[in-house]
Amino acid sequence: MDPYIEAHGLRKEFGSILAVDGVDLVVQPGEVLGFLGPNGAGKSTTMKMVTGFLEPTAGSIRVCGVDMLANPREAKRSIGYLPEGAPAYPDMTVVEFLRFIAEVRGFDRAAARDQIERLVEQVHLGGVYHQTIETLSKGFKRRVGLAQAFLHDPPVLVLDEPTDGLDPNQKHEVRDLIREMGKQKTILLSTHILEEVEAVCTRAVIINRGRAVFDGTPAELDEQAPAEVTANRLDWVFRNITTSDTVVAGGAR
Amino acid sequence: MSPTRTIFKREFAGYFATPLAAVYLVIFLALTGIFTFNMGGLYESGQASLRPFFGFLPQLFLFLVPAIAMRIWAEERRLGTVELLMTLPVSVGELVTGKFLAAWAFACVALGLTVPLWLTVSYLGDPDHGVILTSYFGGALMAGAFLAVGACLSALTKNQVIAFVLCLIAFFALLLSGYPGFTELVPGWMPEVVVDALAYMSFLTHYEALQKGVVDLRDVLFFLSVIGAALFVNALVLDWKKAD
Repeated sequence: MDPYIEAHGLRKEFGSILAVDGVDLVVQPGEVLGFLGPNGAGKSTTMKMVTGFLEPTAGSIRVCGVDMLANPREAKRSIGYLPEGAPAYPDMTVVEFLRFIAEVRGFDRAAARDQIERLVEQVHLGGVYHQTIETLSKGFKRRVGLAQAFLHDPPVLVLDEPTDGLDPNQKHEVRDLIREMGKQKTILLSTHILEEVEAVCTRAVIINRGRAVFDGTPAELDEQAPAEVTANRLDWVFRNITTSDTVVAGGAR
Repeated sequence: MSPTRTIFKREFAGYFATPLAAVYLVIFLALTGIFTFNMGGLYESGQASLRPFFGFLPQLFLFLVPAIAMRIWAEERRLGTVELLMTLPVSVGELVTGKFLAAWAFACVALGLTVPLWLTVSYLGDPDHGVILTSYFGGALMAGAFLAVGACLSALTKNQVIAFVLCLIAFFALLLSGYPGFTELVPGWMPEVVVDALAYMSFLTHYEALQKGVVDLRDVLFFLSVIGAALFVNALVLDWKKAD
């Protein structure tokens, strides 16, 4: 089976700043890929290119076999995307917002209603159905963002820091949700929380200064730490990798 | 439903989601009243015509159209929802068109609410309805052209206040170059062609004709091409600035 996300040689320059410097990202069907890196490493920029928001300076992107640069409309159909911070229209109620997204995605009225009802159940938005988004707590806002990404039941989910800024309970809930979705979907999620990788991901890619410096399973990531490190082993590896410039070959993919 | 229509619908409803629309319409109507009756002297003129109203419309638009245009993209960029929109299966052209048409429709609602003025002069006398109709048509076209330029400027920034000021400056320039005194203001070294071109580019020049009841295809085409060109540039500006 072809990979669901296939990006090669991704490069993005903003003026004289090189944000992403030749990243390859291949996500196979059914994988939950954790995309890690320090702030400013180029995680968000990479995800923005994969989802078709930014055009790469160089490189290619295919999503479910469709070229994002040549045929963006078709490629975007197979992606559900949660941008960083889960942006939404504050004046709209939850149901209005989801209905808007459904309509843009080409649902007719009845299909949109059924799908939204199903989703609201799934991400537990029932209580705030008719509340405007500006009145929601951060946790609920994030769930609205997730609902919006799940809405058209896409094969691929791209989630940019889905748990960032949430309290531990909310983090737990969102993680459960992602784990559940991960059973049926291919997910690319960025985070800088390492426990999340162990909790939900089947594979991890670490990037630093715009380059991929590790690619392997969470277990392989763990093996990078010497035996004498007993606590926070992943943190140790993360720091070791992202503060030096050496490329670590985890799983040789 | 086509994406453009969905975007239009959300955007148009968005104007009425907050008290903003109501406040805006009240201010617009209050000002049209002041301009028409107090400053324009509708009663004193002794003529059943809406010339006092339509004569002040460009100046009114100078301040009130930026208030609509400023939020079109600046707000979207500030909220980050532009990223959401542009990762949906929608083209930039559809987004730009949908949002512009919604803003234009809202401006037309505001303009439409001045119809009681028309009823007033019809009751008082026997106005030339043809002239009033073409004046409304001209007003709507001018509002559209202002909004298209304004939408473009709004995409340049995340800050609505900056967008408002940019619109104000641009609109002022677009009006000023059409005033009769303008040719004396420009420095003498400027070639006459440039001065004429500037005067020709003024919205005022083209609006004046329509306001007199003369529907010249060239004036209509002028406004429509300004709208078309501005929307095209809007899409480019959006692509250029979206990453910031």
